[in-house]
Amino acid sequence: MSVLEHKLNEDQNAASDMIQYVTVVIGGQLFGLPISQVHDVFVPESVTRVPMSAPEVQGVLNLRGRIVTAINMRRRLHLPPLEDEQMMAVGIEYKQESYGLVIDTVGEVLTLPAASAESNPSNLDRRWAEISGGVHRLDGQLMVILDVDRLLGSMFTEPMVAA
Amino acid sequence: MDDLLREFITETNESLDVVDVELVKFEQEPNNATILDNIFRLVHTIKGTCGFLGLPRLEGIAHAAETLMGKFRDGAPVTQEAVSLILTSIDQIKDILGELEAAGGEEPQGDDSELIGHLEVMSAKADAAMAGGGEEAPAEEAAGDEASEAEADAEASDSEDESDAEADQALERPLRPGEVSLDELERAFRETEIEVEVAEASATEAEEVAEEVEEPVPAPAAVKVEPKAPEAKNKTEGKSEKKAAGGSVSNQSIRVAVDTLEHLMTMVSELVLTRNQLLEIVRRHEDSEFKVPLQRLSNVTAELQEGVMATRMQPIGNAWQKLPRIVRDLSQELEKPIDLEMIGADTELDRQVLEMIKDPLTHMVRNSADHGLELPEDRRAAGKPEKGVITLAAYHEGGHIIIEVRDDGKGIDVDRVKEKILERGLATEAEIEKMTDSQIHKFIFHAGFSTAASVTSVSGRGVGMDVVRNNIELIGGTVDLRSTTGKGSSFIIKIPLTLAIVSTLIVEASGDRFAIPQLSVVELVRVQTNSEHRIERIKDTPVLRLRNKLLPLVHLSQLLGIYEGEDADKAIDADNGFIVVMQVGSQTFGVVVDGVFHTEEIVVKPMSTMLRNLDMFSGNTILGDGSVIMIIDPNGIASAMASHASSAVAETEEDEQEDLARRAISGQSSISLLLFRAGAPEPKAVPLSLVTRLEEFEVSKIERSNGRDLVQYRGALMPLVYVNDGDCHKTEGTQPMLVFSDAGRSMGLVVDEIVDIVEDRMHIEVGSERPGILGSAIVKERATEIIDLGYYLPQAFEDWFMRKEMDIEALTKKVLFVDDSSFFRNMLTPVLKAAGYDVTTCNGPQHAFELLENGDKFHAIVSDIEMPEINGFEFCEAMRRDPRFRDIPMLALSSLVTPASIERGRQAGFDDYVAKFDRPGLIAALKDVFSGEMGVAA
Repeated sequence: MSVLEHKLNEDQNAASDMIQYVTVVIGGQLFGLPISQVHDVFVPESVTRVPMSAPEVQGVLNLRGRIVTAINMRRRLHLPPLEDEQMMAVGIEYKQESYGLVIDTVGEVLTLPAASAESNPSNLDRRWAEISGGVHRLDGQLMVILDVDRLLGSMFTEPMVAA
Repeated sequence: MDDLLREFITETNESLDVVDVELVKFEQEPNNATILDNIFRLVHTIKGTCGFLGLPRLEGIAHAAETLMGKFRDGAPVTQEAVSLILTSIDQIKDILGELEAAGGEEPQGDDSELIGHLEVMSAKADAAMAGGGEEAPAEEAAGDEASEAEADAEASDSEDESDAEADQALERPLRPGEVSLDELERAFRETEIEVEVAEASATEAEEVAEEVEEPVPAPAAVKVEPKAPEAKNKTEGKSEKKAAGGSVSNQSIRVAVDTLEHLMTMVSELVLTRNQLLEIVRRHEDSEFKVPLQRLSNVTAELQEGVMATRMQPIGNAWQKLPRIVRDLSQELEKPIDLEMIGADTELDRQVLEMIKDPLTHMVRNSADHGLELPEDRRAAGKPEKGVITLAAYHEGGHIIIEVRDDGKGIDVDRVKEKILERGLATEAEIEKMTDSQIHKFIFHAGFSTAASVTSVSGRGVGMDVVRNNIELIGGTVDLRSTTGKGSSFIIKIPLTLAIVSTLIVEASGDRFAIPQLSVVELVRVQTNSEHRIERIKDTPVLRLRNKLLPLVHLSQLLGIYEGEDADKAIDADNGFIVVMQVGSQTFGVVVDGVFHTEEIVVKPMSTMLRNLDMFSGNTILGDGSVIMIIDPNGIASAMASHASSAVAETEEDEQEDLARRAISGQSSISLLLFRAGAPEPKAVPLSLVTRLEEFEVSKIERSNGRDLVQYRGALMPLVYVNDGDCHKTEGTQPMLVFSDAGRSMGLVVDEIVDIVEDRMHIEVGSERPGILGSAIVKERATEIIDLGYYLPQAFEDWFMRKEMDIEALTKKVLFVDDSSFFRNMLTPVLKAAGYDVTTCNGPQHAFELLENGDKFHAIVSDIEMPEINGFEFCEAMRRDPRFRDIPMLALSSLVTPASIERGRQAGFDDYVAKFDRPGLIAALKDVFSGEMGVAA
């Protein structure tokens, strides 16, 4: 009886600890963004570049009347640019401002238990490690959790320090 | 909380703010009955309303305060102590109100008996004082006194309304004594206009007095009642009409929640954007039937936009309202008498901006009072009036609002700041040594920087100026500091008028479009192969000759770093292009763009925080066609321009006119120039007076030793210097060169060809950052580079400037340059001219005194230190002793720069001390002197 109850509790706990991820592919690597942070998925069109900005800032664009800052994730991760292919973007909110992460393609939504996330391997590229919130082992591949706060936060502080 | 209560709180808070200000005024002019009436009225209204709403604590305090004020009105002497007490009561009321609001309408528990006790004691004292003064008819609370009161009021404010009201009251009271406060209350809520309140409040005042009749007070003055009453009655008829009129006035203004306005503003912004989109569409379809209606829509939108903007504008005085009270309190706390002057309180600005600057302003005023102003005894010692003055000034300037917070205190103690900088490790001693005073002043904006010797309750806690700066920068403003030791300091805040809408010019550069705010665009120039405007080049620096002025040019894509071609210098196509002539401050320059589209009214949207560090852009927006465009920040462009290869400071037109006028009078600015070519086909020039000889040497005579070329010249070795690094002398024949000699040393400047000697005015139009070139001037109708000898001399002998002194002359500001060496006088003249000064030289202090005695006026004096007969220190001391010349800023210029000599210079009275070889330092020091002076003069 007590054993059964215990198991039930465990199941419930597990259910409440499930996280839904929107998966995206950047340079062949699967990434996951917590679905709660993703506002929309769109095709970045007529992006106005912003001279003098950080290289990973692809530019600004008009998304239904809001000005969105597009961040090229390939450049952020120091990957070569994607040739001749339509890129996609996921819209996120950070500190009441809209950002678009420009990625290669958007995949399915995965529901994964939070507990199965593993911490970053210690030999992960430092530039990747600083924006990765951990790794999930899936069948046949790994999914890196994109930590949006760290990703954008690091871009805020850098220019500040320089200034 | 019900609406009634909420409205009560809002109104009462407003009234209290007014009371604060008025009380401070009242303390200064205790005999001003109008001010007192005003205060009395406001406090009374609060009291009455509190009673109605069942707020006994508030009522109690207000009543006690009112009683005390009543004594003042009756002629009791106004003491500082009493005013402080009333102010304390007002604060108490505010606190209770605050809690009341937080608690949702419940009056907080608490005991005010002590405060009320004080107030009562003070009232009694006032009574005693009046009695002691032997006033014959001290209007104590007495039966019938009310009528005389009414009369006094009517006279004081010669407002008919008021006397009507008095009359009304006089009639009403005997009839229905119980209903009055209700009446009054209803009116208080119904009517917001001041005029009406005057009437209403006076009525209640009189009434109040009547009520007080019942209090146990002797009643000697009943006599006066009779004659007044009929008069009052006579006016009764007019009263009801007046009231009605008053009511309609009050109906013309309504309270609107700020949120509603904000929302309206957002909607109008969106409407403007949509209208722009429609216009864009119609522009593409020439004969669309939408054209006319759209035109109307466009007009209506524009008006709507203006209207909504106007609702957001508020006089800056609103942000200053609390300051008189704060200054008064500080003045007492710090025991410094302080005057607060407020200039331009009616300057209007967006309320959003207003809210944001309130706190920084308050902080700065506190700072000025605490750190800036000295104690009275120190002020006396410094020969200043005992009472310090803090001045707040606001005015418009080119789409910005400038707010100055100025004090006439001791200025910023540079040495203390230096100590702090070292202590906090913000810079090294060597770095500080190189900084100008104004650079050092800037450190007070660093986090945790405070120079107040001790922590006081007012300031000195090390939080402050950095927060002020951050707050101001948050709204796109800047804060600058000018300080003159002993004279005071002033903070200059520059903030945008509104954060919302600007008119811009849309241009294209390297395939991208940008919006340039129209405000800074002076004109557009089209450049074509055979048009009158051509782009010329001096070496690689492009300039435009526009109405006989040289305008420095730069391509927008170069400034923004988006030029895609191989060689950025070739970005400007000399045969085809548009030049946007921009003026920012006193800087005028041309920005070359690839195309110019139309102008468009745009709603500035703030840039994302991530991009806000880009100085080049002030924001971005969505254009009519739905794309996002970056808005150029003219200030950012101007500073980039200044640091771009050719620093681009063409003088403003005013300067030019001034210059013309001056030339007409003196005609002396024309000098002999030697024109030559070296290293490039463009002509170069050097003042002939600097050249000792022109020589030609057989190439074979040129010898090489110790890695440099030398010739034997008059029994000594003369080093040769080339105009451009890497140039070399000819391989055969003879080599022309210019020989410069001073004090037994000579240097040969190798040139390709000596062209001509011309008499011409040397007016440097375009400054240069390139070493060796002072800038460009028009000589014989051609753009010509004026070479900077000061750059080449040390190449021959590194210590050239160490042993010699320099000289100066200038243009817009008259500068007197005193030096005994003619060589250095000639040397520094071009340097200062390039910086825009009108220079007069003289060969020693004696000569300088002669000039000054003759009535020649100078804005500044730059003096050498090591001179025969009278040295620079003595000269300066003599100047400082003479009251006529005491205020002329003086700079010391010397090859000897040691802490001791700097200290000696400061003691002598020099404003700054510059090393002779530090030419940029000299220019910067002069600039500082003048900007400081302007700050004080403004």
